[in-house]
Amino acid sequence: MSEHVSPVSLYVTIFLSLMVLTGVTVYSAFVDMGYLNFPVAMLIAGFKASLVVWYFMHVKWQSHLTKLTLATGLFFLAILLAMTLIDYTSKNFTPQPPPTDPAMAVQPH
Amino acid sequence: MSNAVAHADHGHARADAPHPAQQHHFDNLAQQKEAAVIGMWLFLLTEILFFGGLFVAYMIYRVWYFDAFAEASRRLSLFWGGLNTAVLIGSSLTMALAVRAAQTNNRKWTINWLLITTILGCVFLGVKVIEYEDKFANHEVPGYNYDFSYHERHLAVEGHAPAAGEHREPSLSPEQLQQTTQIYFSLYFTMTGLHALHMIIGVGLMLVITWMAWKGKFDAQYYTPVEMSGLYWHFVDIVWIFLFPLLYLVNRHI
Amino acid sequence: MLDTLKIPEQHYLHDGHSLRSWLLTKDHKRIAIMYLMSISVMFFIGGLFAVGIRFELATPQGDFVTADTYNKFFTMHGVIMVFFFLIPSIPAVLGNFLIPPMIGAKDLAFPRLNLLSLYIYWFGSIFTIAAMVRGGVDTGWTFYTPYSASASNTHVVPTALGIFIAGFSSILTGLNFIVTIHRMRAPGMTWFRLPLFVWAHYATSLIQVLGTPVVAITIVMLFVERAFGFAIFDPQRGGDPVLFQHLFWFYSHPAVYIMILPAMGVMSELVSTFSRKRIFGYSFVAFSSLAIAVFGFIVWAHHMFVSGISTYAAMVFSFLSFSVAIPSAVKTFNWSATLYKGAVSFETPMLYAYGFLGLFAIGGLTGLFLATLGVDVHMHDTYFVVAHFHYIMVGGAIMGYLGGLHYWWPKMTGRMYSEFFSRVSAITVFVGFNVTFFPQFVVGYLGMPRRYHAYPDEMQVLNVMSSAGATVLGLGYVLPVIYFLYSLKHGRVAGPNPWGASGLEWQMQSPPLTENFTEAPQVIHEPYEYEHIVVAKEKHLV
Repeated sequence: MSEHVSPVSLYVTIFLSLMVLTGVTVYSAFVDMGYLNFPVAMLIAGFKASLVVWYFMHVKWQSHLTKLTLATGLFFLAILLAMTLIDYTSKNFTPQPPPTDPAMAVQPH
Repeated sequence: MSNAVAHADHGHARADAPHPAQQHHFDNLAQQKEAAVIGMWLFLLTEILFFGGLFVAYMIYRVWYFDAFAEASRRLSLFWGGLNTAVLIGSSLTMALAVRAAQTNNRKWTINWLLITTILGCVFLGVKVIEYEDKFANHEVPGYNYDFSYHERHLAVEGHAPAAGEHREPSLSPEQLQQTTQIYFSLYFTMTGLHALHMIIGVGLMLVITWMAWKGKFDAQYYTPVEMSGLYWHFVDIVWIFLFPLLYLVNRHI
Repeated sequence: MLDTLKIPEQHYLHDGHSLRSWLLTKDHKRIAIMYLMSISVMFFIGGLFAVGIRFELATPQGDFVTADTYNKFFTMHGVIMVFFFLIPSIPAVLGNFLIPPMIGAKDLAFPRLNLLSLYIYWFGSIFTIAAMVRGGVDTGWTFYTPYSASASNTHVVPTALGIFIAGFSSILTGLNFIVTIHRMRAPGMTWFRLPLFVWAHYATSLIQVLGTPVVAITIVMLFVERAFGFAIFDPQRGGDPVLFQHLFWFYSHPAVYIMILPAMGVMSELVSTFSRKRIFGYSFVAFSSLAIAVFGFIVWAHHMFVSGISTYAAMVFSFLSFSVAIPSAVKTFNWSATLYKGAVSFETPMLYAYGFLGLFAIGGLTGLFLATLGVDVHMHDTYFVVAHFHYIMVGGAIMGYLGGLHYWWPKMTGRMYSEFFSRVSAITVFVGFNVTFFPQFVVGYLGMPRRYHAYPDEMQVLNVMSSAGATVLGLGYVLPVIYFLYSLKHGRVAGPNPWGASGLEWQMQSPPLTENFTEAPQVIHEPYEYEHIVVAKEKHLV
């Protein structure tokens, strides 16, 4: 149970870290790192999310069951993504641009 | 195998009366609180997988149509997106402070921080309205009046020169862009729309909790609804932490 | 001694008689009864569509209804049976009623959420029935795009929304069970003293919480594409219809484990009680429930072998699909081993258990045939698949549900039903079921496609057999309604433990008090210990 009370200074520190990391994310988007841009952005976002979860959402001081619950959710999200990608990465699929005839476009109902 | 058994007391022979917020089917407030925390996290798990499905669709199409995604992403305003990110992170801070105020039995500041959080949430939603209006005006809504080249033509008509270094040749033809960028915007509206819906619910939740705090329903032993609402609010913030780079920062460096 | 048994004065059914006391109840038992009534209604609606299907298929030509109408029949049959009957069935009725007493608790962790779950179920059902009345859907219960998103003229959106809403009911039930089982167990009720029924529901609840949101978001994506003209799966604008299938089946495969795991939980209780023996390999059965839940999430693309996934992905999913059969086999072996040298008897619940054992084995094994890539290329979308899943869903899950209903009916109502008619019904169901569905394996193997309202003349004999069997099966399902209702007024009073079973629920009076136990139970026994129970059964025939 979170009877633990965090000091205000901790919250402010986390807040400032999140702002700085946001700035870093935006800055790194303007730097050409080729295919690394995306993983870098995701890693920073993941780290920011971890800060929110660990400190703002108090998970650091919660029971093992709470931590296990969160880990389970992330694990199954990873399965969803990874196993779907098993299909998409092994197709050797080069998407062709769709037909350019606007008359072929489907009208919404 | 231990046969040791504790005889649970369902509140009959207690010397101290149970807290008024304790429900009858729980043995004590601690058990009730722990149940609430696990329950709330399980609900957040469902939200992770709910948004997760959209992220999976996004990932796949981003790989397939990277150039189209990059082109379309540039239509989003980095200013508004960045501002909204800051607003939400700020609201997470104020939310955490509200929970802390409740923990320390500070009714006045529980209410204050909750109100500030609510206001920040409304600011976020207001900015989203601005952004959406811009999308509609620029014919960037799939299925409505979608015309990806409208924006460029519109700029030319109005006599706006492209910003220095802005003018580049996209690698796709206008027809290809017209077709494949619709997936990007469909995902943009679905993801941000769903997120905004969760924000609206969050704002509603904040108002309810603020009212409860004002009514004096919380004290240092029982502030569970504040904490649970906080968990929800932080989660919605986390979704945005991912949405921002994915939607606004696809390829800004060319 | 048994003749002097009376229904207790105070019990949960007498705790308030007004409509308000039912509609605003927080008692998990009342909620379970209301679920029972609701899903029974949905079952018979879904059954009516099955009647329509089998009626059409009695003749090779499509002469009863048009192809479009036939498409609506099998779609509505599937939608209702899967989402509005099978998925809630055992958890919402038996799970809701029994999990708190089985663990020694007064109620679930979140009673009001439980009630909300029921309301949501009602809301979703009404939505879907309204769509049905206005003309229904013809996409198949699988809603494949692009047909469902772009081309179908039927009421896709309201039906899909009804399913979306019902999904929340499922999620909330699962959430409630998980928290309850973790945090509300009585002192001494350790994890390995839990009845296997509870383990099974815990595993089921994991699937409900983790899987349902993905089909929910898939429905949202279908909705925005259809209602707003967005492009997510639309191939004209670069979308991938197979992506819909990936996201859909990520839930819908684990969904079949939502449907079968609770029935397996019931099986463990029945087999143990009616062979008066501890379940063989308790921890193996417990862990296999968890294994099925986890493995069930990594096999979904075996529904997509011929949809255009890559060969490599197909091989991976085929291999994994074989492995998910292993924990199911472990359970089947363990139940059989429990019967060995047990004091087996043949009361109605046990008849359903025997039926489950055989029919689930057939259904499960034919699943392996379909998991085999080379075979599936030929069997996919034929009646072989239809037969396979009906063996599991009907021969397995529904038998488990009926067995459980017959087993715990005395606890829920305080009355025994007619043993004679219930046995007749069980045998009728078993015979009718096999006559209906076994021929479908054959016609499927011969190539008869599913979801067609016409077929080659030479397959008529087997189809007529199937339709005839369906009539018998239907009769078998109607009988319980009659004798169960009759038992409420005229049934023999059951007493707390008519079967001489183990488990905390049998220590409550029948029907139970609203708060289940007057004092918190003390758990000192291991599960399924029969030496401590005085056998007070009496054989009876009406």
